[in-house]
Amino acid sequence: MKILKNLLKEPTFVFGSGLFLLTIGLAIFGPYIFTINTESVNLPYQNPGAGLILGADHLGRDMLSMLISGLKNSLFVGFMAGTIATTLGTLLGVYAGYKGGILDDIINMVTNLVLVIPSFVVLLLISASLEEGRSLQLIALIIGLTTWTWTTRSVRAQTSSLKSSEHINLARVNGASTFTILTKHILPYLLSYIFMVFIIQVASGILQEASISMLGLGPYDSISLGNIMNDAMKNEALGDGVWWAFIPASMLITSIVFSLYTLNTSMEGVFNPALRK
Amino acid sequence: MPNNEIIFEGKNLVKEFGHGKTLCTALKGMNFQIKEGEIVTLVGGSACGKSVLAKHMLGFLLPTKGEFLYRGKKITNQRDHWQDVQPIFQDPFSAFNQFYTIREQLEDSFNVFYKKPSKAEVKKRVDDALLAVNVQPSELEGKFPFELSGGQMQRMLLARIFALKPKVLIADEATSMVDACVRANILDYLMKLKEELNMTIIFITHDIGLAYYVSDRIFIVDDGQIIEQGTPDEVALTPKTAVTRHLLDDIPDIHKPWIVRKGHAQ
Amino acid sequence: MALFEVKNLSLHYLTRFGSKVHAVSDVSFELEEGEILGIAGESGCGKTTLVSGLMGLCIPPLYPSQGDVFVEGDPLMNRTPQDIRENILSRKVSMIPQGAFNALNPTRKIKDLAMDVIVSHEGKKAKKKEMYERIFNRFELLGMETARVLNSYPVQLTAGERQRSVIGISTLLNPKMVIADEPTSALDVTTQKQVIGMIFDLLEKKVFSTMIFITHELPLLRHVADRICVMYAGEIVEMGTSEQLVFDPRHPYTKALMSAMLSAEEGARGKKPEAIEGAPPFLGNEIIGCRFAPRCKYAKEDCKTKKMEIRIVGDRQVRCDYAE
Ligand SMILES: Nc1ncnc2c1ncn2[C@@H]1O[C@H](COP(=O)(O)OP(=O)(O)OP(=O)(O)O)[C@@H](O)[C@H]1O
Ligand SMILES: Nc1ncnc2c1ncn2[C@@H]1O[C@H](COP(=O)(O)OP(=O)(O)O)[C@@H](O)[C@H]1O
Ligand code: SF4
Ligand SMILES: [Mg+2]
Ligand SMILES: [Mg+2]
Repeated sequence: MKILKNLLKEPTFVFGSGLFLLTIGLAIFGPYIFTINTESVNLPYQNPGAGLILGADHLGRDMLSMLISGLKNSLFVGFMAGTIATTLGTLLGVYAGYKGGILDDIINMVTNLVLVIPSFVVLLLISASLEEGRSLQLIALIIGLTTWTWTTRSVRAQTSSLKSSEHINLARVNGASTFTILTKHILPYLLSYIFMVFIIQVASGILQEASISMLGLGPYDSISLGNIMNDAMKNEALGDGVWWAFIPASMLITSIVFSLYTLNTSMEGVFNPALRK
Repeated sequence: MPNNEIIFEGKNLVKEFGHGKTLCTALKGMNFQIKEGEIVTLVGGSACGKSVLAKHMLGFLLPTKGEFLYRGKKITNQRDHWQDVQPIFQDPFSAFNQFYTIREQLEDSFNVFYKKPSKAEVKKRVDDALLAVNVQPSELEGKFPFELSGGQMQRMLLARIFALKPKVLIADEATSMVDACVRANILDYLMKLKEELNMTIIFITHDIGLAYYVSDRIFIVDDGQIIEQGTPDEVALTPKTAVTRHLLDDIPDIHKPWIVRKGHAQ
Repeated sequence: MALFEVKNLSLHYLTRFGSKVHAVSDVSFELEEGEILGIAGESGCGKTTLVSGLMGLCIPPLYPSQGDVFVEGDPLMNRTPQDIRENILSRKVSMIPQGAFNALNPTRKIKDLAMDVIVSHEGKKAKKKEMYERIFNRFELLGMETARVLNSYPVQLTAGERQRSVIGISTLLNPKMVIADEPTSALDVTTQKQVIGMIFDLLEKKVFSTMIFITHELPLLRHVADRICVMYAGEIVEMGTSEQLVFDPRHPYTKALMSAMLSAEEGARGKKPEAIEGAPPFLGNEIIGCRFAPRCKYAKEDCKTKKMEIRIVGDRQVRCDYAE
């Protein structure tokens, strides 16, 4: 409660969360406010005008409808990828950081390995080798599985500094098992930190999806913000001055990612007492 | 006490941390024996190795070289070891988990026993222990660690010991934050418990008055070595090394001169 | 006019459940230039809380209940923290919080921390090089390897070096007075002696003139302070010169403290400390009578119901109607 109060005093938090809620709101309530129709019922690249607030794309689909559906899918990919990466990264990081020893070395090695493999290239390779099965879920899964490493790294670092705190030693002489120590005595201390990591993971998931979709390797047969941009690019919307084909989509991506990053930095000021003034 | 069993024994005990450039030798060959029922106090400057030695006694650390024995055997199973040997930690501020009440954590400490007493018994023993450190159990209801001051927290660590009644107690600066009255009280209670259980106590302190009052023997630790061991009178009255003399001189005591502020009448 | 004056200061915490904890009650004292005042009391008796109040920095959940603090006649209560930080803190009175030397920003070097203090009070007027010189000259007085210490990160220094640096930094702007909360409690005895030696040195060199030294260790205060206040459960129960308090205490609590003292010195050695039952009262309830009454062996009938005021007994202030 107190934390929330402090957060609400932070203008950057209010701004970031406001912007983020607005985009989420558009994805959720958009369909109730506007009629969603993603069939080709208009002229290709029809100009914005009455009834077609943002015009139509190269196939004559209503741009606003496309954006709302795409936003929903992009958010889905971001959240799913973020959840996978954060969960996997946290579990491995906490375990490695607390246990140390050979398991830590192994986890560390794998982490470093995955960290130096350009995950974006892997993402491209996997995406390129799949065609039909490239569903939203699969893309999210691939993003999640290639981006957990830095969560592991940072959670591991946090855990090993927490490990030397006396309350962990007390828990040990109280007979607590490793599992109890990890869940009761370490995770609660890291929760705010993990939450911030999660936000960044969601943002980077959304960006990654947009990036591969831009290259035409995004989710097959579904609308996403990246796919909209890709379509615009493929069909020379830029050269023809059809701004509504790419500007609204890129603005949406920018505002989601920007709002998430803003949220993250504003929380740092409240959660991390060292940065508090 | 001569016939009592040897509780702790160090034979050329060496402990190193890190390797290569970062090598740090915390214990540089310690030899000592501590008998059952004895009260031994470790006195020494900062970073001389007292806490590292204490961590060996608790089974947290194993020696790099030499031998460290508990009742003549190496410590192999920590949980077995903690049935008998329990600590009071140096830093009371970080000793408790901030997310659970003190009461919960005191009751949880019984989990260490292979045969955990019944719920009612645990509750009663915690209540009694709290009274022993002059805290009304009702005052502690629903209290979290961050709502207590350092001294109150230190009393909670003591209460934990009074509830568990271990055979061996390792107390690192256990009364550094309570006032003299409470300390006298706690010592009274601790001595009663010691008689009752024939407890062995290892104190770590820089309070020479306390060391003198409670100990059977005092070990002076300096730079990873025990440079002097003897009865309180031997150590305090006829210190053999310059280090001991310096150490004793540095401790402020109301009855002897210390530093004097220049150009100022006192 | 006294340099520093506290009048009937009371402070309370608002707890999570909305109830009040009266951590400091009715504290009054005056401090003349050149004096070291010691404040002693058990952990939890309100020393750290009092320090926040002395600086007028009541940050929720801490709130002032009554009274005021005057620095050279200038009142501190009901001013914004920002106002106090800009006009009082570091310039007139410096505060060294408990454990500050363990909480230094680990990512900045000592010289940067020192420059931050100058910049935050004087703006970026001076060049970096000039500021460094100024800091260097001041740190030369602290008796350390100045260049190495200034160019180190906090973790690279020993606890003693860090604490000395903190004292150096907090006296950069030449305050008249320093308030230090348990500045040596987390140090070992040898380092403690060095730090006290350095403080005396700075006093002699007139870097600052006046000090409030807070600790729970009476034997230390006896050597450091000119006058000592003993606190119990948020109140000052006795105030006098250090000789008076240590060798001729009058308040029953101070007496109890002294008879529980342990010492290895001639005459006091091996004496059994006198224990008294009980613990300080819980400060969540308003207490009318004497706070020490449940544990006092001299307690009379009306001690639990009569409000005790400070009175003069044998040349010092005592909060007990029956002390002689
Ligand atoms: N886990 C560790 N890794 C590396 N070095 C360590 C570790 N634990 C202790 N040391 C080092 O061992 C030495 C002895 O430390 P120890 O904590 O025993 O000192 P101490 O005598 O208890 O001091 P204090 O009075 O300050 O508590 C120090 O140099 C310390 O830095
Ligand atoms: N944030 C807080 N909320 C409620 N009570 C507090 C808080 N901080 C301190 N207290 C209480 O105020 C009293 C004085 O604490 P403190 O000033 O820290 O003592 P000292 O510095 O003398 O050790 C204690 O009883 C403590 O439990
Ligand atoms: S007022 Fe009464 S109870 Fe309080 S200290 Fe004096 S004699 Fe004791
Ligand atoms: Mg130690
Ligand atoms: Mg304090």
